[in-house]
Amino acid sequence: MANPLYQPDAAEEPVLSLPAISMLKAAPLGRFSFRGRKAAQDAAAKALGFDLPQQPLTAAESSGKAALWLGPDEWLLLAPEDDTEALQAAMTQAIGDAPHALVDISHRQEALIVTGDKAEWLLNSGIPIDLDVSAFPVGMVTRTLFHKAPVMLWRIGDDSFVVEAWGSFMDYVAGLLAEPATELQAA
Amino acid sequence: MSQPYRTEKGGQIDRDRKISFTFDGERMEGYECDTLASALLANGVHLVGRSFKYHRPRGILTAGSEEPNALVGIYRKGDQTPNLRATQVELYDGLEAISQNRFPSLSFDIGAVNDLLSPLFPSGFYYKTFMWPKAFWDRVYEPVIRAAAGLGKPPKNPDHDRYANLYAHCDVLVIGAGPAGLAAALAASETGARVILCDEQASLGGSLLSETTATIDGKQPADWAEDTVADLAARDNVTLLPRTTAFGYYAQNFVALAERVTDHMADPDPALPRERLWQVRAKEVVIAAGSIERPMVFPENDRPGILMAGAARTYLNRYGVKAGQKVLVATACDTAWQAAFDLADNGVEIAAIADTRKIVPEALMTIAEARNIKVRTGCVVTATQGRKRVSGALLGHVSSTGAVSSAGDVACDALLMSGGWTPTVSLYSQSRGKVVWDEASGNFLPGAHPQNERSAGACRGLYGLNAVLEDGYAAGEDAAKSATGKSAKCTYAVATGAHAGEGGTLGDLPNDRDASRVKAFVDYQNDVTAKDVKLAVREGMHSIEHIKRYTTTGMATDQGRLSNMNALAIASTALDKPLPQVGLTTFRQPFTPTSFGTFATSSRGDFFDPVRKTPSHQWAVDNDVVFEDVGQWKRSRYFPKDGEDMHGAVARECQVVREKVGLFDGSTLGKIEVVGPDAAEFLERMYTNPWKGLKPGRCRYGLMLNDAGFIIDDGVIGRIAEDRFHVTTTTGGAAHVFATMEDYLQTEWPDLDVWVTSTTEQYAVIALQGPLARDAIAPFISGIDLSPDAFPHMSVATGTFSGVPCRLFRISFTGEIGFEINVPRRHGTMVWDTMAAEIEKLGGVVYGTETMHVLRAEKGYIIVGQETDGTVTPDDVGMSWAIGKKKKDFVGKRGLARPDLIAEGRKQLVGLLTKDPRIVLEEGAQVTKVPDPAKGTSAEGHVTSAYHSPAAGRSIALAMVKDGRALHGKTLYIPMPGGAIEVEVTEPVFVDKEGGRLNG
Repeated sequence: MANPLYQPDAAEEPVLSLPAISMLKAAPLGRFSFRGRKAAQDAAAKALGFDLPQQPLTAAESSGKAALWLGPDEWLLLAPEDDTEALQAAMTQAIGDAPHALVDISHRQEALIVTGDKAEWLLNSGIPIDLDVSAFPVGMVTRTLFHKAPVMLWRIGDDSFVVEAWGSFMDYVAGLLAEPATELQAA
Repeated sequence: MSQPYRTEKGGQIDRDRKISFTFDGERMEGYECDTLASALLANGVHLVGRSFKYHRPRGILTAGSEEPNALVGIYRKGDQTPNLRATQVELYDGLEAISQNRFPSLSFDIGAVNDLLSPLFPSGFYYKTFMWPKAFWDRVYEPVIRAAAGLGKPPKNPDHDRYANLYAHCDVLVIGAGPAGLAAALAASETGARVILCDEQASLGGSLLSETTATIDGKQPADWAEDTVADLAARDNVTLLPRTTAFGYYAQNFVALAERVTDHMADPDPALPRERLWQVRAKEVVIAAGSIERPMVFPENDRPGILMAGAARTYLNRYGVKAGQKVLVATACDTAWQAAFDLADNGVEIAAIADTRKIVPEALMTIAEARNIKVRTGCVVTATQGRKRVSGALLGHVSSTGAVSSAGDVACDALLMSGGWTPTVSLYSQSRGKVVWDEASGNFLPGAHPQNERSAGACRGLYGLNAVLEDGYAAGEDAAKSATGKSAKCTYAVATGAHAGEGGTLGDLPNDRDASRVKAFVDYQNDVTAKDVKLAVREGMHSIEHIKRYTTTGMATDQGRLSNMNALAIASTALDKPLPQVGLTTFRQPFTPTSFGTFATSSRGDFFDPVRKTPSHQWAVDNDVVFEDVGQWKRSRYFPKDGEDMHGAVARECQVVREKVGLFDGSTLGKIEVVGPDAAEFLERMYTNPWKGLKPGRCRYGLMLNDAGFIIDDGVIGRIAEDRFHVTTTTGGAAHVFATMEDYLQTEWPDLDVWVTSTTEQYAVIALQGPLARDAIAPFISGIDLSPDAFPHMSVATGTFSGVPCRLFRISFTGEIGFEINVPRRHGTMVWDTMAAEIEKLGGVVYGTETMHVLRAEKGYIIVGQETDGTVTPDDVGMSWAIGKKKKDFVGKRGLARPDLIAEGRKQLVGLLTKDPRIVLEEGAQVTKVPDPAKGTSAEGHVTSAYHSPAAGRSIALAMVKDGRALHGKTLYIPMPGGAIEVEVTEPVFVDKEGGRLNG
């Protein structure tokens, strides 16, 4: 299952393309770290067009934008790359003087789209948390570790995940995810 | 004849698939599903190795992972894996195995002289023998001991195999797939619980695979096991893991498993990993580890051909292999009798059954009689004969007083023994469980449960097939209920036959021999005899922990699973203390030896640690850079041209920066966006400097202390807006500074309306330094007036670089005019390439961290972690000016008032100039008052940075020296191996002392 925000980057070769698993680099995306208190959260909802998710580790999506709960007062806001400035302007205007922090981190992170029957298995080669759909249902999002790299993991479908990592960690994350998939090519 | 000891039929081997293998170069045949041990025995080979200390010929003793003797090396792809247990090595076509610990050959081994010299190697001989002369230790004793020590040879080449890792979670982990484990997995999975069932063997079924005299639901036990495994395999919620050893039970029900994926394959696909580490977090664990048969401690109980009765039964019933043609069975319990009966039924002559018990169950006597087997009750083995294979045994009759009288000799080519069964409590013990002595069974059994586990079946001292099955079902149901809250009805299979036996013995058996000449082995792998244990007690070792270390009993790879109970019993008798009071040593991870590759998994080579690259990385590679590792980052160190060495390259880079312009990648600098109405207040508290007065568009150097008042980080901070700061940190300090800020906000000042966001990787930072820096960037910058008046030193503004949004800083770490272009990271490479081309036009240079270090040292700018070492205050490095004197508080303010931080005599930052300007001091060298200080004199300080400075035209150095600021102009010394170096103390600035170059 695809998520409209995460489109494969046409300029990049697939990291992995096997029957049981595909791993694609995602195209650039608008990203903001949003932090603030109740008043700012309520105002942000107006700019976004939907409420910020308050349930830990969940996400809310609407009209091509998403807000991912990362902490009690911290959300990752996502928008198509072309809407980055518009979202920033709308947020700033809606929130006004209510205390908050809105920081553009569009370039800080990069994303991999991991899809396939073996997606859970592959991610669990380096992510210690339980990824069974009963424990980590569709829509769940968390920060965690992939081996030694901090990552953010969002389940966007039954067999589909987004893995975000800071730019300089991406070679390590993509490489170490591709390595164990080698055995899927065994006769 | 090929495989002379193979039965006509039976067993779970595939007789249609013959397999060829070699042992010490000799070609032999076996069948599919054989282990190396069963195939060797089928070929009549018992002698497989030499013992560790005495080099005694040793044979296959067991049929499991507890095997102490049959350790072999396996050759594959030109290298060998040492110390594999032949009882676990699965046979494949072309397998090459070699014996170990022998020279020149297994049958003629020079080291066997140790056996004759054994009086020289009593227990604790390391501690006794080599005490003097002292000089002999390095040259004689240690080399000799090292050459003799160890078993097997390590592989020579890097491991060519791949290893994998998998984190897994389950409701119920069942360890061991014997009757209890299979039943537990059935019951647990019935509820829908997620179940993992692992077993160290290739086939799941455990003891069921060797049991032929019982039925389960009317089926042969092996057939029932096969059907059950198929049933479990069909369940989506069950993961079956054969060839997988649960080797470590850690905290919070975290259990590590080692899965051997390819070792059994003749020609494994290189795409497959050799082994997989499973890191399992289980809500509940069922330990169904079974039990291990105990050797009997009688004289010469270690000859090839002497093996455990249960193992002989496994070889016969599971592998179709007869341990011998004429077999003596020595036992103290019922179960060995069944081995004798099974062998007899397969045409093996049973020389006798010698049972230590005076009275044995009538039923057994009847069966023996029906088979015409001679039974000797109240009898022990007092000696055995045969060098490379047992050829006979002497029996002794034990009278009611314990005296032993000869009871004749028995010829045999195999001797089966059984001293009873020891429950395998290793994993329970690893889970921090404390075993409890059970007087009735003479065993240590699992006690209270520190974690969410339960033992089932023989590993908790329960025997008899039906009872074990019932216990397994109950454990599985209980575990699933605890994990999921759900119960489900599970129909219990019913077993007939294979009832629990009786009997057993602990410790050494009596004999009529001269005690000083008898070797009755307790720990086979470490060559520890009953005599050794007694000697240890006589020499004052009264705790089992001391006895263990003095004799090395129980320190072999089986961790005493075979030997501990006998050793304890011998010690208990020698100490005249009840056995439980002697105690039991702790079982530790790993359960069986585990390869390093399994622990490393895929974390090797480039994946050992993240390799973080900057936007200029590819350009640098294309331009012959020499990198240096700074934490996980690859940073450009210098760019040698035309065969330059580092000195030449750095001198050139330094000179061009000061004369024209240099380009530098500063992207690794930590960056934190501090935003909110209380941002300035927050920074006032975190840094020593004042921030409230800083105007938007201006920057200030910030110094961060810890509570103790010591410098932990520094960096330039720009005020972007009233409520927004762009903080920079050192490369190495980025993560720590961010975490410290978040920590203070969450725990100390949750009332502040301010938030921190790491932007280290949001921005690429491209620095231009030098008199032509402005000229270099001017063509590309829009929206910012770059003139010195509009954009002076320590300014920040927002504009664009070639149309890309940028934050431009005017700051300097060289003392020259400097700019740092911050652009969104993915534009970094474009900016870098653009500027690299531009500075080439201007005659500029690209420089690396080494030149950066020299340029800043010429100006006396400190590097946190080089001039400072975690014990340095701002005043120590001459930075009292960075402390906001009017501020009420900041982190470290009270620390700075501590008496020892304001006392006289602290080390202070100074410059050092060598008398000979060509000499570059060594960083870390000590500074003294006199050229040849007396031994024991404290140093006055140490050199922190030292370089050749092209701008100064000589060497320069920074140093931390006691009361250094008062010593300017004085002479000090740097004592070095080649003689003391004379230096003059100066102020720590060597170039442009007035700082005029900054402001052009």
